[in-house]
Amino acid sequence: MSGYSISEPSARQKWIAGALVVGYAILTVLPLIWIIATGFKTPNDAIAYPPKVIFHPTLEGYVNLFTSRARATPDMLEKLGPPTTWYDTIVRQYDMIITGPSRYGQRFLNSVIIGFGSTFLSVFLGTIAAYAFSRFKVPLKDDLMFFILSTRMMPPIAVAIPIFLMYRALGLNDTQLGMILLYTAVNLSLSVWLLKGFIDEIPVEYEEAALIDGYTRFQAFWKVVLPQAATGIASTSIFCLIFAWNEYAFATLLTSGTAQTAPPFIPTIIGVAGKDWPAVAAGATLFLIPVMVFTILLRKHLLRGITFGAVRK
Amino acid sequence: MAEVRLSGVTKSFGDTAALRDVDLHVPDGAFVVLLGPTGAGKTTTLRIVSGLDHPDHGEVMIGGRAMKGVAPALRNVAMVFQQYSLYPHLTVRENLAFPLKSPLLRTPKDEIARKVGKVAEILRISHKLDSRATALSGGEMQRVSIGRALVRDPAVYLMDEPLSSLDAKLRADLRIELKNIQAKSGASLIYVTHDQIEAMTMATHVGVLDQGRLVQFGSPREVYENPVSIYAASRLGQPRVNILPASLFGGAPAVARHIGLRPEQIVQGEGEEARVVRVEHLGDQTRLHISFKAHDLVTVTDPHTRLRAGEVIHIRPERPFYFDAAGARVS
Repeated sequence: MSGYSISEPSARQKWIAGALVVGYAILTVLPLIWIIATGFKTPNDAIAYPPKVIFHPTLEGYVNLFTSRARATPDMLEKLGPPTTWYDTIVRQYDMIITGPSRYGQRFLNSVIIGFGSTFLSVFLGTIAAYAFSRFKVPLKDDLMFFILSTRMMPPIAVAIPIFLMYRALGLNDTQLGMILLYTAVNLSLSVWLLKGFIDEIPVEYEEAALIDGYTRFQAFWKVVLPQAATGIASTSIFCLIFAWNEYAFATLLTSGTAQTAPPFIPTIIGVAGKDWPAVAAGATLFLIPVMVFTILLRKHLLRGITFGAVRK
Repeated sequence: MAEVRLSGVTKSFGDTAALRDVDLHVPDGAFVVLLGPTGAGKTTTLRIVSGLDHPDHGEVMIGGRAMKGVAPALRNVAMVFQQYSLYPHLTVRENLAFPLKSPLLRTPKDEIARKVGKVAEILRISHKLDSRATALSGGEMQRVSIGRALVRDPAVYLMDEPLSSLDAKLRADLRIELKNIQAKSGASLIYVTHDQIEAMTMATHVGVLDQGRLVQFGSPREVYENPVSIYAASRLGQPRVNILPASLFGGAPAVARHIGLRPEQIVQGEGEEARVVRVEHLGDQTRLHISFKAHDLVTVTDPHTRLRAGEVIHIRPERPFYFDAAGARVS
């Protein structure tokens, strides 16, 4: 048989191919659906076996995620009178009262600041470094590029202990700045290499035209190179954000209080009884949203950036 | 508006010498055409004048000012690139306005609109002003690229084969437009082309480059009628000059090894016998391919000639060029 067929696939072949694709898609999305569904279950439904596919959705998980609660004695509950809000009602079922907000919001905010801060820094530094490596004669260019890449040849956590000691000495333990610097350092090699590839693809003739047209090199970089590197910058930003957003090991090691990010915090929500899976699932579900929104916002740049054709080869 | 002077300019890229000790003086307001095959150093000359490349040795002066260390932006030169180099993320209008918006010129909005409109009209791209640069055909891109130079009012225009992608009619029209614009603005222009008609009709001066050396510089007629070498003689003339052993005809100087015959230097109807191999009717002229003592020649004859292949004619050289063994002209 030849390597390919010149005849159109039959209806049955198309149907089989479609079914395979849909089946695989369901398989990959299943864990995600599981997490989202668990967020709307009661703790008992969440651990039921066999798993409950049909269940009464409740916002209990989300209420538990955002609140701290305490068990109350019957006479104390009596003194308070009937619950006044829908979330009070949910909590009272378990003879509990809300004592205040949980720390989830603050941990989430830490994740946003550290994730986006380090993404901005690594893409900014990566772009100018990649431009220099791409356009100028840099002494030992190849060696430097290799050195930059070599920082990713081991898992970053391999250097956890030296970093922990350094951070303690520098007072960067459990600070947002410390985490931003750390994630920037880890992401920088990826961002320099990715962006250098993109900038290498932009013909130098555009900048030369801009130089002749009365612009300085920096202005040419800003007005001509950057718009054309948009694809590269967008995709690099997404990669950097995903790493910084999901990083767990360093976050566990280096943050415990004020700068703690969401990943090490979410497992602690499960509570002493180890039953509050819906709250954990709710925390994980909300945690997915920023990366998804960011990716969707940058999607048009991912699709649009191809700009060959205005330079004759 | 400015003369350009290159003195002793040498430039190498790695082991390849692109320019060797070039002295070139472009008088104020001159239209200089650089001729030579690929690799002769034409584009390098433009890039060195523009400041995109720097000479290894030698000096570039524009308007009497030494250009060493002067950024391209500050040299007040406009360049049409061989590769067009349009900004792909901008529309045609924005491409044309780009140099006018530069921090050096900071042209007011209404003046930008006026200049862009005028240039677009000259180049016949008005209907494409709002298209993206990447959505144009090759010829349109080339016209936008010319337009980006013409919107400015520079001291020197540099153009690298600016008409190469255009069809014959447009090329003929733009040839005249370019010449007019340059004459009116008074700017000097250095122009690279392979096209013999462009060189003969537009140039005030022709420079012949051979492997990085400027071997001849003069008016187009001078270079055509008085070439310094076989190489220079071969740059101009359609059909090309015929180069034959000098001994083929009598009367050659003792040192001459080659004789060069342009069609008008071959008198037909008298002299020695030659055989017609092929007759090409081009309409306005007719080319004769002739075999003479086992050598091939190409010349032109009366457009309405009745000559046919196989017939015998008589030819005689008249005031031919003689060249020595190295190809240099012998008087």
